[in-house]
Amino acid sequence: MADTPLMTEHEEGLQHQFADMQQQLNATSLGMWLFLATEIMFFGGMFLAYLVYRYWYYPEFAAASRSIDIYLGTINTAVLICSSLTVVLSIQAIKLGKRKLCVMMLLVTILFGLAFLGIKGKEWYDKFEEHHVPGTSFNAKDIIEKYPQLHVEPAPMQIFFSLYFAMTGLHALHMVIGVGIMSYLAFYTWRGHYTQQYHNPVEIGGLYWHFVDIVWIYLFPLLYLIDRKPLR
Amino acid sequence: MATTAVTAEREHYLNTDYGIRSWLLTTDHKRIALLYLALITVFFFIGGFFALLIRLELLTPAGDLVQADTYNKLFSMHGQVMIFFFLIPSIPAVLGNFLVPMMVGAKDLAFPRINLLSWYLLVLAAGMMLYCIITGGVDTGWTFYTPFSTAFSNTHVIEAGLAIFIAGFSSILTGLNFVVTIHRMRAPGLTWSRLPLFIWSIYATSIIQLLGTPVLAITLLLVVFERAFGLGIFDPTRGGDPLLFQHLFWFYSHPAVYIMILPSMGVISEIIPCFSRKRVFGYGAVALSSIAIAVFGFLVWAHHMFVAGISLYSAMIFSMLSYSVAVPSAIKVFNWTATMYKGSLRFSTPMLYAMGFIGLFTMGGLTGLFLAALGIDVHVTDTYFVVAHFHYIMVGGAVMGYLGGLHFWWPKISGRLYPEWLGKFAALTVFLGFNLTFFPQFILGYLGMPRRYWQYPPEFQVLNVLSTAGSTILAVGYVLPMIYFLWSMRYGKVADPNPWGAAGLEWKTPSPPPTFNFDEAPEVTWEAYNYDEIPAPEEVPVG
Repeated sequence: MADTPLMTEHEEGLQHQFADMQQQLNATSLGMWLFLATEIMFFGGMFLAYLVYRYWYYPEFAAASRSIDIYLGTINTAVLICSSLTVVLSIQAIKLGKRKLCVMMLLVTILFGLAFLGIKGKEWYDKFEEHHVPGTSFNAKDIIEKYPQLHVEPAPMQIFFSLYFAMTGLHALHMVIGVGIMSYLAFYTWRGHYTQQYHNPVEIGGLYWHFVDIVWIYLFPLLYLIDRKPLR
Repeated sequence: MATTAVTAEREHYLNTDYGIRSWLLTTDHKRIALLYLALITVFFFIGGFFALLIRLELLTPAGDLVQADTYNKLFSMHGQVMIFFFLIPSIPAVLGNFLVPMMVGAKDLAFPRINLLSWYLLVLAAGMMLYCIITGGVDTGWTFYTPFSTAFSNTHVIEAGLAIFIAGFSSILTGLNFVVTIHRMRAPGLTWSRLPLFIWSIYATSIIQLLGTPVLAITLLLVVFERAFGLGIFDPTRGGDPLLFQHLFWFYSHPAVYIMILPSMGVISEIIPCFSRKRVFGYGAVALSSIAIAVFGFLVWAHHMFVAGISLYSAMIFSMLSYSVAVPSAIKVFNWTATMYKGSLRFSTPMLYAMGFIGLFTMGGLTGLFLAALGIDVHVTDTYFVVAHFHYIMVGGAVMGYLGGLHFWWPKISGRLYPEWLGKFAALTVFLGFNLTFFPQFILGYLGMPRRYWQYPPEFQVLNVLSTAGSTILAVGYVLPMIYFLWSMRYGKVADPNPWGAAGLEWKTPSPPPTFNFDEAPEVTWEAYNYDEIPAPEEVPVG
């Protein structure tokens, strides 16, 4: 019956369907890991397309890759690596019971995330200005004229930029969701929901953040660093 | 009706709370299962309506009921509705939702709120699909092949693509919930080797849902981007490759067939031991064959592309890999047959569906081997042979299992018995109607009638008339259970906790079960399907 052994309110944060805290911890961690596996398959489709087309159209991919801003990309990579550090620090802080430090670190993570999105937005804006967005107004004449020795065709460069916008766009969407999760965690940590004893959601949210970082760690070399050596 | 008073006193998941809010905001897996049941039943009849229109058009050789453009939309929406809004959610989201926590002895799924969320995602997707249907539909086939879907079709491809994208996330979250529940929430003593085979097949299904569906999601999203924002990933005029789309699409959509059939196999593995009063023959082999089907299923997708221009060598490899699926499938069929051998069989309604399943699935599977063979496949590609083959698997297999499972667990779900003679009559009607509908299509396809055309040469008319006649009988067989299930909820005889004398934890709790499934937390000390220890009921109660 509904009132017998099910309401274990004394154990903070334990949901009714679990027998004890350990089971809840194991279940939620496994849930997030499985979700990340689905995310790998989700991005995997685009990575496969990238692999095929880069093999077919290597010169065009290399030339188009030169046109995206390596400095902004590198800064963004550094920003995300730092944000991974602050996420780890926030988890460590709550484990040690330092609630305020945890909130601080989550807020810094949010700032890093927003900085990343801002810089990314600037890069996209530049691409719009340069008419490098695939579609009817696509124009890659500047790239072709800049690197005449590469002998590249404009059409496959559209494929590179299609992948560029799809991959960085969906990554940015994940960043936006990540910032949302971090804000939720920061708010409820500040309100005292999460403690030294019960901080599982912070760890799981951190797992998601790390995943989004790792995707970028792959996207950065694949999109920015195809062939950057100086041309003779 | 004398026992109704007793039932009314006992609190269970159906009478614990009333009102629309208690259903729309529930996190009880059993109530969510019924929400799914309502939603997908609506879409089953929408998809069936399209099917009947298709069959009516094909009654005569001339294109007289509808014109080509409308016909294209009819078969496209029939496919999309039936696959993504009925077959994929059918057994996992309805029976799986209801049974998985009970079969593993848990109070609920691991993530009850995510479970509710996945229902709402399907509602959202279903709403978008309805919008797409009402505003004019989509004509790409259920396969969305590029560049037709991206550059040429003037129909609602974006809406349909996004609807299926969202439905996919519903399916992913359901699968995730099941995997976590099966791994982490089993009752004490319930080891992997004691799990019901239904759980094994739902586990294998969930793995496919987790690893396959995201690939379909990104593929359809890229199609949507291509239409909406002018990206060119599959656009041949810019160097993109439509074949890449087909690879990505079938990487999900072939395993998706196993999302439909594996849960049915799980249902059959529950029904047959119960009505044979025997432990299932070769438990380990049947359990592992589910996993094997899930694994092999990911390695055979390109057999949908034998004539699409892939290299001969890769076609040969995919042809051989496709044969490998036959091995675990045959293991199951032989083990079910061996379970029935010298069993004390009782031909109740669920058993009729189970036996129908074995026959129809075997035919569907064997004709699958024809299609896996390169030479024959080239001959019958895009003919009615293919249509008949996959309907034997998806309708003859998956839907028979779904209906069999609904009948088997209906006393547990509703606490009532359905009228047995009507159940048997409907089961036979479905079996006969199905064969009359689809067997002629094997012959039509072998004779060369191509699929997806609204008219055909007059010499094919006799077989098409037979098929259309069968489809009306099939429709009767599908409408009947809906009517008597609804009737039985109010007027059916009250069911015992275990009317069939079945093994399994779900039968050890009252019918309908209490909100948290068990009055006291179960502990398992017995092997699965211990029918030698369970007395057979004197006679199976007849509703």
